[in-house]
Amino acid sequence: MLNVIMTDILGNPAILIGLFALVGLLIQKKDVSEIISGTLKTVMGFIILGAGAGVIVKSLESFGVMFDFAFGIQGVIPNNEAVVAVAQKTLGTETAMIMLLGMITNIIIARYTKFKYIFLTGHHTLFMACLISAILSVSGISGVTMVVLGSVLLGTLMVLSPAMMQKFTEEVTGTDEIALGHFGSFGYLLSAWVGKIAGDKSSSTETIKVPKKLSFLRDTSVSMALTMTLLYFIVSLFAGKEFIETTLSGGSNFMVYSFTQAIEFAVGVYIVLAGVRMLIAEIVPAFKGIADKVVPNAKPALDCPTVFPFAPNAVIIGFLFSFIAGVISIFLLPLFGLSVIVPGLIPHFFCGATAGVYGNATGGKRGAIIGSFIHGIAISFLPAILLPMLSILGFSGTTFGDADFGVVGITLGNLARISPMVVIASIITLACVPFILSIKKPGAEAVTK
Amino acid sequence: MKILVMCGNGLGSSFMMELNVKKAIKELGVEAEVSHTDLTTAKSIEADIYIGAKDIMDNFKKEGNIVGLENIISVSEIKEKLAKFL
Repeated sequence: MLNVIMTDILGNPAILIGLFALVGLLIQKKDVSEIISGTLKTVMGFIILGAGAGVIVKSLESFGVMFDFAFGIQGVIPNNEAVVAVAQKTLGTETAMIMLLGMITNIIIARYTKFKYIFLTGHHTLFMACLISAILSVSGISGVTMVVLGSVLLGTLMVLSPAMMQKFTEEVTGTDEIALGHFGSFGYLLSAWVGKIAGDKSSSTETIKVPKKLSFLRDTSVSMALTMTLLYFIVSLFAGKEFIETTLSGGSNFMVYSFTQAIEFAVGVYIVLAGVRMLIAEIVPAFKGIADKVVPNAKPALDCPTVFPFAPNAVIIGFLFSFIAGVISIFLLPLFGLSVIVPGLIPHFFCGATAGVYGNATGGKRGAIIGSFIHGIAISFLPAILLPMLSILGFSGTTFGDADFGVVGITLGNLARISPMVVIASIITLACVPFILSIKKPGAEAVTK
Repeated sequence: MKILVMCGNGLGSSFMMELNVKKAIKELGVEAEVSHTDLTTAKSIEADIYIGAKDIMDNFKKEGNIVGLENIISVSEIKEKLAKFL
C-alpha cells in the first residue's frame, strides 16, 4: 500500500501536480465543477507534454541525421518546450516537486525580505525547475536533497531575476509597480549595460518609422512552421536528394519529406505548448492568490511581451539584430569546438525583442542595435556550452534557448565538477543574498547588482 | 458571454491579461466565461469578445467584437474598452 502511494502516486508527476492543483482549488474554495475540471485539466496538461515530446523527438532526429551528413557537425535546435517534454520521462517527479516548492520559496522570500517580486511566468518556472533537476542529477545529488536544494535555488532565482532587472525595467515602463519575470534576464541585463556604454539614450528607436508587417511572427505556430521549413529545406539541399531518399524518407521526394518533418516539429511544439498552458492554468492563479494574501505590496513579475508596447520599434530592431547575431554565430561556434546552435525564430523574437527594448531604454537606437546583437551572440553560445551538461536526459538534439538557463546551468555544472558540496554551499549562499541585502539600511539599495 | 484573451504563445501575456479581465468584469459586475490561448487556436474558437495587445489585434480578423489594448497590464483600460460591449 505504501508502495502504491510513494511510487505510483507521488512518483507519477502527472498525478502529483494534479493533486497540487486540487489542493490549490480547494484552498480557493472553488465550485465542485471547477475543482473537477481544473484538476483533470492539470493532469491532462502534463500527459500532453509527453505526447508532444514524441512528435518533436522524431522530427529532430531526422534533422540531426541530415545536418550531420550535410556538414559533418552536430546541429542543435534550442527549444525549451522540447527539452522539458523529453525530460519528463526521466526527471518528471523532481521537476514537478521543485516547481511547486520553488513557488513556495518565492513567496517566503518575498514575504520576509524587501524583494517583493512574485514570479508569475509559470512556463519559465517549469523550464527552470527542469533545468535545475537535470544539472543537479548530473552532479550526483538526488532524492530529497535534490528537491530541497532545487526549490531553494528556483525560489531565489524567481526573486533575484526580476530584482536585478528592476532598475532598467523602471526605465522602460516608467513604473516600479511591475517587474520583468522572464528567465532571459542575463541577456537583457547585458543588452541594457551595452546600451548604456555604447548608446545614446536621447535618440530613441521610437522616433523612426518601421513597417509593422513583422508582427505576424508573434504567432508562435506560424513563425515556428516558417523557420523550421526554411531550415529543413536548406539542410536537405546540402544533404542531397539521394541521401535523404535512400536513408530517411523511404523513397518519397526529399523536399516533400523535409516539409512534412518541419511541420511535424512545429506540431510537436504546438502540442507541448497546449500541455503547458493547461498545466499552469490552475497552478499560477493559486500561486498568485496565496501570494496576494501573504505578501503585502507584492510586485508581479510578468512575461517579457509585457514590455513590448513600451517600445514597439525596438521590438522589431531587437529581433532582427539578435537573429543576425545568431546567424553569424553558426560560423563562429565550430571555431570553439562547440555544436552549432541553429538560430530559432522563437528565442530571437521574444528574447531578442526584449533585449532591444532594454537596449533602447539605456542607449536609444544604437543601444537597441548593439545590445540585441550582443544578446544574440550570448543566446547562441550559452546553449551550446550548456548542451553537454544536459547529457543526463539521454538526448542531445535540443537545449534550452534563453540566457538564464545557460548561465545557471553552466555555473551549476562547473561547480558540480569541483564537488557536490560546493554546489550545496553555493545554493545556500545565494539564497541568503536577498535576506542579507534586506538587513542593510536604506541608501544601500544599489547593492542589488 | 464568452471572452477570449490571446497572445503569441498563449502562455504568459494572455494569461496575465485573463486575470486582469476577470478582475475588470468583476468590478463591472458582469458574469462571463474568460479563457486564454495562442493566436492560431484563437482563430478557431468562438467567443463574443476577443482581447489582445493592440499590435496583434490590428491583424486579427474574425467575427465578433475585437479589443486591442495599448497597455496590456492596465485593468482600467480593459474596463473602459470592455464596457462598450457588455
